[in-house]
Amino acid sequence: MQKTMAPKDRKPHVSRNPDLIRGVGKYSRSKMYHKRGLWAIKAKNGGTFPKHEKKAAEAAPAEKPPKFYPADDVKKPLVNKRKARPTKLRASITPGTVLIILAGRFKGKRVVFLKQLTSGLLLVTGPFKINGVPLRRVNQSYVIATSTKVDISGVNVEKFDDKYFGKKVEKKKKKGEGEFFEAEKEEKNTLPQDKKDDQKTVDAALIASIEAVPDLKSYLGARFSLKAGMKPHELVF
Amino acid sequence: MPFKRYVEIGRVALVNYGKDYGKLVVIVDVIDQNRALVDAPDMVRGQMNFKRLTLTDIKIDIKRVPNKKTLVAALEAADVKNKWESSSWGRKLIVQKKRASLNDFDRFKIMLAKIKKAGVVRQELSKLKKETTC
Repeated sequence: MQKTMAPKDRKPHVSRNPDLIRGVGKYSRSKMYHKRGLWAIKAKNGGTFPKHEKKAAEAAPAEKPPKFYPADDVKKPLVNKRKARPTKLRASITPGTVLIILAGRFKGKRVVFLKQLTSGLLLVTGPFKINGVPLRRVNQSYVIATSTKVDISGVNVEKFDDKYFGKKVEKKKKKGEGEFFEAEKEEKNTLPQDKKDDQKTVDAALIASIEAVPDLKSYLGARFSLKAGMKPHELVF
Repeated sequence: MPFKRYVEIGRVALVNYGKDYGKLVVIVDVIDQNRALVDAPDMVRGQMNFKRLTLTDIKIDIKRVPNKKTLVAALEAADVKNKWESSSWGRKLIVQKKRASLNDFDRFKIMLAKIKKAGVVRQELSKLKKETTC
């Protein structure tokens, strides 16, 4: 009955030979032979164990002798079973947390965290109307997480991933020196309209939930800075 | 110049060093020149050096080394908690704790409130100035 089912459905077999101590079983080899019913299998098969014929080994493709033998023994690199996964996210950073960006063009800006991308970077938005920070990726190390949370349930961030933010690969142009510089300049400056629309849809839901909290809008619009007497290691964010 | 707060049985003191920093305790017995037996509702009765204690103005009525039950009853009867929290020293400590626990958003809101208050004060002041100079 069992063999007709897909082989993976079988339960892992429990040993019929309980351990007295680790490494020492209760029953001897001959007793185990009887317990497992190997005598019955033999009897059913006419005195010997059932065999199946070996599959004829396929002839391995003819290998050419290598061109180069290294003079000394080459060391094999050690096995590496590590898997790449996104950076571990700090427990204080959850979707909707207000973050303070510490470096780059937007340093000091308070910004809303949306989700962590597969590369490990954090997807973040100003919202753009409030403080000029667009949908952007930011590294976790350059961010302070505050304990202020914004309600992010109305926002759909499924479509954003690292590819969305990657640099656009331009088609290779043939070398025409006079036209070269002008044409390139025109293309680079404008943001494609669909990205602007994405920004608007994400921000619409966010801004609604931000305006529900008094002062939160002006808070997000203001930059953070250290003033006299503020000790970062004593501040609660 | 003379001392006003004495080490005596029933004197409430503030712990200013160590594991119980910031707690209010009651001196329940004096061990020797340097140490007191000290007790509080939320700690095991134990000895403390006087250097770790700062005496307060509050004193409760107890006998030497009372039971925990008696001690708690005496503290309730003397209303130590409210007296402490309404005293200027106690209020200052509460404000310090609140300030230390402020969120970044809270600090922002406080900044806005301060600016608003200063604006109102300045307006009143300018009104008064106008009245007197004219």
